[in-house]
Amino acid sequence: MSGGDASAVVERAIAHALACGAAQADAVLVEADSVEARVRSEEIDFVKQARERSLGIRVLARGPDASEPGLRSAVTSTSDLSGAAVDRMAEESVALARATARDAHAGLPEGSFADPQALPDLELFDEKDRHVDVEARIEDAFRAERAARAADPRIVNSEGSQVGSERSRVVYGNSAGFLGSYESAAHSLFSEPLAHDDAGMQRDYWMSVARRLSALDDPAAVGRHAAERALRRLGARRVPTCEAPVIFDAVTAPSLVRQLASCASGSAVYRGVSFLAERLGEVVASPGVTIVDDGRLPGGLGSKPFDGEGLPTRRNTIVDAGRLRSWLLDTYSGRKLGMASTGNAARAVGSAPGVGTTNVWLEPGDGGSLDDIIAATGRGLLVTELIGMGFNAVTGDYSRGAAGLWIEGGEIAFPVEEITIAGHLGDMLAAVDRVGSQLEWLGSAASPPLRVASMTIAGE
Amino acid sequence: MSHRHDPSPAAPAAAPESADDEAAGARAVDFFRERFGLDEHSLEAVLGTALERQVEYADLFFEYSTQDAVVLEEGIVKSGDRHLEQGVGVRALAGERQGYAHSDEISTDSARLAAATARTIARGAGEQAPVPVRASRAAHDLYPLASVPTELPVERKVALLDAIDRYARALDPRVEQVMASLVCQYRRVLVVGSDGTLVGDVRPLVRLNCQVVAADGSKREVGYEGMGGRYEVERLLDPAAWKPLADEAVRTATLNLEAAPCPAGSFDVVLGPGWPGILLHEAIGHGLEGDFNRKKTSAFSDRIGERVAAPGVTVVDDGTLPGRRGSLNVDDEGTPTQYTTLIEDGVLVGYMQDRLNAKCMGASPTGNGRRESYAHLPMPRMTNTFMRSGQDDPEEILRSVERGIYAVSFGGGQVDITSGKFVFSASEAYEIENGRKGRPLKGATLIGNGPDVLLRVARIGNDLALDRGVGTCGKDGQSVPVGVGLPTLRIDGLTVGGTEG
Repeated sequence: MSGGDASAVVERAIAHALACGAAQADAVLVEADSVEARVRSEEIDFVKQARERSLGIRVLARGPDASEPGLRSAVTSTSDLSGAAVDRMAEESVALARATARDAHAGLPEGSFADPQALPDLELFDEKDRHVDVEARIEDAFRAERAARAADPRIVNSEGSQVGSERSRVVYGNSAGFLGSYESAAHSLFSEPLAHDDAGMQRDYWMSVARRLSALDDPAAVGRHAAERALRRLGARRVPTCEAPVIFDAVTAPSLVRQLASCASGSAVYRGVSFLAERLGEVVASPGVTIVDDGRLPGGLGSKPFDGEGLPTRRNTIVDAGRLRSWLLDTYSGRKLGMASTGNAARAVGSAPGVGTTNVWLEPGDGGSLDDIIAATGRGLLVTELIGMGFNAVTGDYSRGAAGLWIEGGEIAFPVEEITIAGHLGDMLAAVDRVGSQLEWLGSAASPPLRVASMTIAGE
Repeated sequence: MSHRHDPSPAAPAAAPESADDEAAGARAVDFFRERFGLDEHSLEAVLGTALERQVEYADLFFEYSTQDAVVLEEGIVKSGDRHLEQGVGVRALAGERQGYAHSDEISTDSARLAAATARTIARGAGEQAPVPVRASRAAHDLYPLASVPTELPVERKVALLDAIDRYARALDPRVEQVMASLVCQYRRVLVVGSDGTLVGDVRPLVRLNCQVVAADGSKREVGYEGMGGRYEVERLLDPAAWKPLADEAVRTATLNLEAAPCPAGSFDVVLGPGWPGILLHEAIGHGLEGDFNRKKTSAFSDRIGERVAAPGVTVVDDGTLPGRRGSLNVDDEGTPTQYTTLIEDGVLVGYMQDRLNAKCMGASPTGNGRRESYAHLPMPRMTNTFMRSGQDDPEEILRSVERGIYAVSFGGGQVDITSGKFVFSASEAYEIENGRKGRPLKGATLIGNGPDVLLRVARIGNDLALDRGVGTCGKDGQSVPVGVGLPTLRIDGLTVGGTEG
């Protein structure tokens, strides 16, 4: 399907929804071509290729009494893009919307759309990567796998090394006249080796993800680093239950940023399901904590020129030197809270717009490298992996399974596992006393290494 | 939460009438033949394309699914949605290597194109001629339906959520927010294999959720309850079904308003019956999936015949329970589901297998080859995983603990297959003091080591309950519905992660 055909499908869906009686409508079409492969030892495990297209339609309709305020909403989606199927879904959407309740805050944005003819080039797609050489990508996976296995005689097995390349086009249009599209790509490399000794077996991983193939890290370096991470976990044990400083690294610290951002989401705030709901303008973290969401970071894995409602993306400072400055809002949650959208509408084909982060990160501080922070910590825990779902956004209560490295006298002493770390997210952010100086992007959220002055560690 | 649950694992409601005289398998085969022209002859031709160039086995997975949902919050149903998903996935197998391609168009042409791609990427040793395909009778008919869930008028679904909202708010003045949703799915699938397999299935799935936020001054807490399964949505419209759901959500939200912070350290833990069976799912189940054991990356690899649990502990995976969320007539490779014993009286006796891993390990498929949709490769997954009842009276189990934690319900869990470490978070828990249930605790996270946690089982209750039908399991980015079950269980010396030293 060419870009023009895709736009035509979107326009047809909107036009048909209006013809069936919708007051407003919008539609999003996503087309994606992808290839994924995994190798293990000297063998290909699987290669998977796909081309997917699907269309999502949202309609906003008036009820039987056209003079009543508010609109009624419905969302439909289909992977059958034939004209008849699109028309049928648009018609069903209108019928479905009429069965729901009217909502005074529902509706398209009132303007301020991005200019579809002058979208910024966010370096989301490199023309050179239009045709990905699958064999070359598989060879990358083999290079990572071989490097991981050659790193140490104790690396005897693996879950494999995996590569993926996806190119997609998003076309979004609405009945207010906006019609825009952009192309993007994501390439990844992932290696997950197993280390084995008398004490048992440990796995860990490392990865590289980028919008351009040429920006991916050297596969051998990814494999070696994954091996190092697995090796250092060998012989892990529990520690006695205690209170101690906890350091989060480039892998685990971004999860705190995501949790904070989810509690600053306008949809959580207006529902009252965020522990931050009443705290806009207040100090919620230590002065070293500044958290930013920016949808226009060049090459960012969360970047996009316009959001899921056609509004321009932008930079929003959520927490500024410890003070809660802004919610992340789409049009609906903005209206609920009496504010304007911050350009944070996320839109999956099968759902109505909702609040989402773009690229979200904690600003680097003056704490130096991870090693510097470890050296400055007399006794404590470096957390390298978190498991489980022990975070309650309503209360802020935090309790998760952890694995990592124990620190004694400013040095790594031994690996630990089967422990939990617990506290309250608000207290943890208020207790951040060191923020590292380097930012490493492993996804659309990032954080320098940081230290929380004290948490409860449960073990023996 | 599951005290009121039917304790018998194989006790569905009286079998309802089928929407059609034919069983689900035959109806699916007819559907794809009539709607998309997929007859035996054209399917064999597609398989022939996939099998060229040194492929040992090929299969096709066709899917046509509809799903709808209504969601209520702030007292109104703000939106409804409806989705249509269709496509075909073609897989070619050569040794341990798999080639996979899929298309969102259902036709013999698109399937043939995908087949050509799949065989190219799978190329390996061996060459097979396709066996003629012939529709076979499915071994089970576990979810015959009197009505199609996605065809119930949306107005009736909206009315149900409105009733739940009014009822929950009237239960307690501290109820500040009610979020309820009803999701109905109707999937038709067709599996065609180069060994002659031709089998279909029609799979309904319904789920009702109720979440409540209770507030007391500036304190807020959340409570949740859900239910569902492969049955008619009409069953959920019955107040006798949904009222207990709202009761539970309100009860746990208000209970947690008064809950004390959980202590940290090592404790004897009593798990309540039902949903706490996710302990088995995380601690044991994933580690017994065939793929991890073929690759020897599981903490349970090469341990068949060894003691991995206390005497009396028997754990099974059973895909054949009528109407359950984790049940299937056939798995996504066309293998009939079965009752598979994983641990028998404390000894590891079996793994869960799909076709590929079974073949590589010289075992038989166990009907556990599942996939999220046509866009995904199948892999070994759990169905309904539970522990058989023991002899002990649940009240007596609680009395046997001097100081510990009684965990009745859980949010979610996760496991590291290789190290065996698992974690799961309690959403309803109590202190146990001198054999008595004490004050409620919040924020309890349990962490342990899969291969030895069941060795520390001290008591097994006689009250096995299955969960209410809410489980979703994620693995390698694929989500599938599952069930779990557990009798009341006492485990000694589990690490509990709280904030109180």
